[in-house]
Amino acid sequence: MIANQKGVDMAINFSVNGRPVSVNAPESTRLLWVLREELKLSGTKFGCGAGQCGACMVHIDGERMFSCLMPVAAAQGKAVTTIEGLSPGRMNALQRAWLAESVPQCGYCQSGQLMSAAALLAANPRPTRAEIKDHMSANVCRCGTYPRIVRAIERAVREG
Amino acid sequence: MTTRREFMVGAAGLTFTVLVDGCAAMRTEELRAGAALASAPAGGAKTVNAWASLAQDGTVYIVNPAVEMGQGSQTAIPLIIAEEMDADWSRVVIVPAAPDDKIYGNPGFRGLMYTAGSATVTGYWDVARTFGAQVRRVVMENAARKWDVPLAELSTEPSTVLHAKTGRRLSYGEIAAFAQVPAAAPTIRLEELKKPEQYRLIGKDVMRVELPTKVNGTAQYSIDVQLPGMLYGAVLRGPVEGTSPLTIDDAQARAVAGVVRIVPMAFGVGVIGETPWAAFDAKNALKVTWDRRARAFGHDSDEAIPVYSAAARDFNRAGKPWDTAGDARGAMQKAAKIYESEYVCDYSYHAQMEPLNSVASVSAAGDACEIWCGTQSQTMAVAAVAKALAIPVEKVKLNLTLLGGGFGRRGHRDEEFVVDSVLLSREVKRPVKVLWTREDDVHNGRFRPLSVHFLRAGLDSSGRIVAWQHRVACDEITAFQDPLRYKGGGEKDFLAMAGSELRTYDIPNRLSEQLPQETGIRTSSLRGIGFGPNKFATEAFLDEVAAKHGLDPVELRLQLLKNTPRGQAVIRAVVEMSDYRRKRPGRGLGFSFIDYSGTMVAAVAEVSVDKARGKVSVHDFWLALDPGIAVQPDNVVAQTESSIVYGLGLALTERIAIKDGAVQQSNILDYGVPRMHDIPELHIKLMSTPNRPTGAGQMATPIVAPAISSAVFAASGARVRHMPFLPERVLAAMA
Ligand code: FES
Ligand code: FES
Repeated sequence: MIANQKGVDMAINFSVNGRPVSVNAPESTRLLWVLREELKLSGTKFGCGAGQCGACMVHIDGERMFSCLMPVAAAQGKAVTTIEGLSPGRMNALQRAWLAESVPQCGYCQSGQLMSAAALLAANPRPTRAEIKDHMSANVCRCGTYPRIVRAIERAVREG
Repeated sequence: MTTRREFMVGAAGLTFTVLVDGCAAMRTEELRAGAALASAPAGGAKTVNAWASLAQDGTVYIVNPAVEMGQGSQTAIPLIIAEEMDADWSRVVIVPAAPDDKIYGNPGFRGLMYTAGSATVTGYWDVARTFGAQVRRVVMENAARKWDVPLAELSTEPSTVLHAKTGRRLSYGEIAAFAQVPAAAPTIRLEELKKPEQYRLIGKDVMRVELPTKVNGTAQYSIDVQLPGMLYGAVLRGPVEGTSPLTIDDAQARAVAGVVRIVPMAFGVGVIGETPWAAFDAKNALKVTWDRRARAFGHDSDEAIPVYSAAARDFNRAGKPWDTAGDARGAMQKAAKIYESEYVCDYSYHAQMEPLNSVASVSAAGDACEIWCGTQSQTMAVAAVAKALAIPVEKVKLNLTLLGGGFGRRGHRDEEFVVDSVLLSREVKRPVKVLWTREDDVHNGRFRPLSVHFLRAGLDSSGRIVAWQHRVACDEITAFQDPLRYKGGGEKDFLAMAGSELRTYDIPNRLSEQLPQETGIRTSSLRGIGFGPNKFATEAFLDEVAAKHGLDPVELRLQLLKNTPRGQAVIRAVVEMSDYRRKRPGRGLGFSFIDYSGTMVAAVAEVSVDKARGKVSVHDFWLALDPGIAVQPDNVVAQTESSIVYGLGLALTERIAIKDGAVQQSNILDYGVPRMHDIPELHIKLMSTPNRPTGAGQMATPIVAPAISSAVFAASGARVRHMPFLPERVLAAMA
């Protein structure tokens, strides 16, 4: 799955949630594992490792990205945002709406759902329901919280 | 399980514990260390084997015996206890129970600490309420003594005892400072418990305690555990259960940078690395050949269907009876009209969102172990680890985390995904986190079995169903998943057969029986267990009988439920909600009903069928359910939404195919988990009644497939009898 680049571990520099980081890992190592196991930011989740579930969703320079597919070397010089950095210290409108609608069940997919939803609203502050469904279909929720995610996004739009 | 309750006084607070019959003579010190509360509460309250503890600062500690996988039990059980205690919920701290079946086992689950089957609230309902009421009584008795007033003059408000006549008040924390505990627990009769209209917490939608951690990334699952000096493990398992490595070529794996150890095991090869990527790379670089003696080699799911079908249809082959009433065979012979049909369900997979993983730290001497895992049974996990290391259970310390989904996958007696990290940690005497990739999780999956259902209904001349036969040919589940329970429970395969009983329906002569197929395939309970396949078969078949005999499917169910008013009520509700009698051009409506362990569920699906491509689209789904008392009503609705979405995937797209014993699918996409754009509009009506709660975590899953199958028939005239309803199957049914 992860091709190993023997002996070419070089420092890769980027920022995570506004803090500069420098990591040593084989270039092709997926950003997900570096975030989780090196940088101890475990809010970003591993679900499939193949871009099929969205549990690993982060923002790269403000755009959503499957961190399980992204080689860490590709993060060089970029700004990475994880769930921990979505709205540090206080809840944003989406997180408040998520609680108001009691969205999470097992919760495992929810970091990724929130990162996807935040990217949607950043690009399209008043999405239609069809746009929400289309955009959010990149993320799987096995607990089936989909109806509540739709409601929560619409609430966040409404309540701001 | 009957328990006798005894109270013990804590050093600086009031601690309430439950001692089991026969163990009541044990002194506190003798209770095993492993049973101490997992995290000792602050504030000086002493808690040993406690269910609850009142601290002088007003904090109320309540033990949660269940695991949390999204269904809300972590909140619901303490909430029920707090309700009867009349505790101030804002001062409640929930403490995970230590792994001890004797003290914390679920009376509704054979006394095991086992969170499954939507049996948690149901199982603990009486125990939790009674215990809470006993605590309240003791607190009140202490206040009565202090004030020297009759107990009958006292009442409570949250965490406060009141004497209305004199206006005096004492908080539970104040009482904890001087309270004495009676030698024997006060007797509380069920009639003395609160009436639903007195509830302050039950039925009021209290926020689940862990919810805030699930919107900011701080919720802790076992995959998130970090320990100093921790290594990473991966395990390559053989393609089928019971096979062993014949040859292992690990030359390339050893060459991977960061690999620490390659560990040959009975069932595969383990790899330990400094990083997850080192472990994954090395695992992928292994070249292993496998011993072919295991039973499952050669099994092919497509080829197995005719074999199962032949078994189900051959009435000369006696099955293992499950549901018996009257004389099904005799009544069938006398029936005026017999209908028969066959239904098929493919293997299906849990796809819980968190791929299986665990963390273990085995002591240097190998005589003790600490584990971090998300299991559905704390005591099974501890027992499996103790067995693997040949050490006593007291030497295993469990750290239970949240579960990233369970759905029946995490409660097998062998807890293999927990033992993985234990075996690898033992090799290096360092903590090891074993990660299964999603591909591992699919390939090493344990599945709801392949099943073929042959059904017969015999009607008398008035059109009443008088005889019913349901023969289920399927892989065995219980014998594989939990051999102990299987042997102890009369070798009944309840995980496969549950739901084939039609106790609520007024059919006098019934026989459902199992024709177990020994395939060696790894099988498992899966959300809805036997209810999924069996209700698909029975309800879709009833719709078929109704159509063929010119009966109305709704009226037929209402007649069958003539002794079950609660069943009739949910049917009438869903008929009204869905405006069932209104014809919709281009659409078909399908109706279905199930009684799931006392929870009454009725549903209507509205579908259209793309007749050129065979694709089924579900547009709306209406469902009414009566689960008795809803402890957390909005959460019951959430669980119902969840169950429907799960049922949609199983009905329409999810499928595991097996060739030569090996699983053909690999990940989320080729297995076919539903996404947001696949979900119809859901319309749910919760019809709580003041009856004991009967469960809500999976009750809707089994009703989805039969409702859709019947709707497809209404829309297209084609009867889809093979789940999932893949387009090619729909096209074949229409041809
Ligand atoms: S883990 Fe990245 S998409 Fe699933
Ligand atoms: S909340 Fe469990 S997978 Fe989404």
